[in-house]
Amino acid sequence: HKTREQFINRMDRLVLGRKKIDMDLLDELEEVLITSDLGVRTTQLLLEKVADKIKRQELKDPQKLRDQLREEITRILSVESSAWDPRSARPFVIMIIGVNGVGKTTTIGKLAHQFKSEGLKVMLVAADTFRAAAVEQLSLWGERVNVPVVKQKSGSDPSAVAFDAMDAAVSRGMDIVLLDTAGRMHTKVNLMEELKKVQRVVNRKDPSAPHEILLVLDASTGQNALSQARLFKEEIGVTGLILTKLDGTAKGGIIVAISDELQLPVRYIGIGESLDDLRPFDPEEFTRALF
Amino acid sequence: MFDNLSDKFQRIFKNLRGQGKLTEENIREALREVRMALLEADVHYKVAKDFVTGIAERAVGQEVMTSLTPGQQVIKIVNEALTDLMGGQSEPLRLIGKPPVCLLMVGLQGSGKTTTTAKLARKLVQEHRKPCLVPADVYRPAAIEQLVTLAGQINLPVYPSTVRQKPEEIAREAQGYAREHNCDTLIVDTAGRLHIDTELMGELGRLKEILQPAEILLVADAMTGQDAVQVASAFHETLGLSGVILTKLDGDARGGAALSIRAVTRCPIKFIGLGEKLDALEVFHPDRMSSRILGMGDVLSMIEKA
Ligand SMILES: Nc1nc2c(ncn2[C@@H]2O[C@H](COP(=O)(O)OP(=O)(O)OP(=O)(O)O)[C@@H](O)[C@H]2O)c(=O)[nH]1
Ligand SMILES: Nc1nc2c(ncn2[C@@H]2O[C@H](COP(=O)(O)OP(=O)(O)OP(=O)(O)O)[C@@H](O)[C@H]2O)c(=O)[nH]1
Ligand SMILES: [Mg+2]
Ligand SMILES: [Mg+2]
Repeated sequence: HKTREQFINRMDRLVLGRKKIDMDLLDELEEVLITSDLGVRTTQLLLEKVADKIKRQELKDPQKLRDQLREEITRILSVESSAWDPRSARPFVIMIIGVNGVGKTTTIGKLAHQFKSEGLKVMLVAADTFRAAAVEQLSLWGERVNVPVVKQKSGSDPSAVAFDAMDAAVSRGMDIVLLDTAGRMHTKVNLMEELKKVQRVVNRKDPSAPHEILLVLDASTGQNALSQARLFKEEIGVTGLILTKLDGTAKGGIIVAISDELQLPVRYIGIGESLDDLRPFDPEEFTRALF
Repeated sequence: MFDNLSDKFQRIFKNLRGQGKLTEENIREALREVRMALLEADVHYKVAKDFVTGIAERAVGQEVMTSLTPGQQVIKIVNEALTDLMGGQSEPLRLIGKPPVCLLMVGLQGSGKTTTTAKLARKLVQEHRKPCLVPADVYRPAAIEQLVTLAGQINLPVYPSTVRQKPEEIAREAQGYAREHNCDTLIVDTAGRLHIDTELMGELGRLKEILQPAEILLVADAMTGQDAVQVASAFHETLGLSGVILTKLDGDARGGAALSIRAVTRCPIKFIGLGEKLDALEVFHPDRMSSRILGMGDVLSMIEKA
């Protein structure tokens, strides 16, 4: 994005004008990787991969080193997965989950806008009945995008909302159902159980649903995002990721470790608070923006 | 798969046990591991580096207390240094000045400002103050309703903002509103914003001018990674923060951001958020945070007795 166009990125600056690969360069490289939130383990893994080649004198040129690291990261991020095909079922039910405040509700607004502009009939479901004014927030997004919102009053059972919504979606001929859920810590057992119940209700209505369970991660989150992804995947069964808030200065490097370990594809990235601040994830572009 | 920080420290220090004296040689490996462990806890790269250098200086040549093994001695040093870095003691709010005294809540999107605004109000009521809540987020959908709902849960007055107002206007009028309602404290909730958004950072500057707040509190997510340093220093440069509140410590984040933010702003962390409910706010204790990061309750209490 803008940062890439306006400035030479950190990695380029690092290798520019350097004639050879030395300890200094590797140290600085380590700093760049760590400060992008790749984490100690992934950083070591990446550097070990090139260290051998450097030792054997197969890799001497700093610019080649940069290219190799980029290639390797892009490869890790290019997780193989089933195709993203919202037209493969009707209604296609997408459940949005994640810890508190990462951008779930906003992302639903953006996704709804995108689907709608593709000519699909979209319905939003306010299954966050817990957080103050969460229902109102989703309703306002519904108004903005001009799509219906299924809701009950605050404090009601989220699985009851999901139950009603599944019926409503079928009877109203919806193509897409976007289900908003309350933010919750992945470590809170009772709240994870509540989420499973919502999932079960949806599944009972349509055995092929939910068709996608997207975990929303905040790009400014550090190593904890890995723990989030692990536990949500284990407990709920995540099918893909959305990385929000990439319009800030955080790089979201933890996604490399997550891709490597959990093989979850990143479906979209969020780059702002407006309707059209959603982009498909491009591993190569992401890697370049990383450093 | 990943050791947690405490396991790691425990393992490191076990290796040091049985050696009579701390020397540069016998702590080198340990310090390397300490640095790695801090990085895994999301402490900023440079902060971790400086911390480890500081530890080395403190440790080498130190006499080992007779009641402690060298390993325990190093734990003691690391723990003390961590506690020092985070400010030593807990610091209360400073609500001085002509009433209504104002607290301005700022931070990135979704960090927990609105929730923490209500939590703080609840705390102040317990201290026999009369707070008035001020929703000054006119951007995020239903932000005002969110604060109004939370205020309703604790029966507190809210300045009736509308999204057609400018935050500056809200700030100006809320002061009069508070006086009319006999409130002695204003807690102003602002919209989440990026530290690089010059326009919105400018708005915060203007709010500060108007409100002359006694406290400007950065609300930061405890799960924040390396970016915490950039965020905190940018907010601090623009506004001159008086304190920090660290939220979402009820998860399993190791909270290295606490160290990073403290190191770059020198601002005290005043409270921590431990849940979504309004009673889930606690005073920040640097020593507890340090042992939370170290995770060695048993060993630490043994050292304290020594
Ligand atoms: N800068 C930026 N802000 C974002 C982005 N996505 C969401 N936000 C903001 O982040 C804040 C939280 O977003 P929400 O959509 O309410 O997050 P949530 O996950 O639904 O939160 P809870 O339901 O409370 O758990 C809001 O202020 C959003 O405007 C993004 O891509 N970039
Ligand atoms: N688990 C947990 N959740 C918290 C804590 N503090 C706030 N939250 C949740 O985090 C989410 C975001 O909180 P908000 O208070 O809306 O955050 P904000 O900074 O006002 O967000 P914006 O106004 O959109 O920038 C909500 O789901 C809160 O319930 C905490 O200490 N622990
Ligand atoms: Mg939400
Ligand atoms: Mg808010």
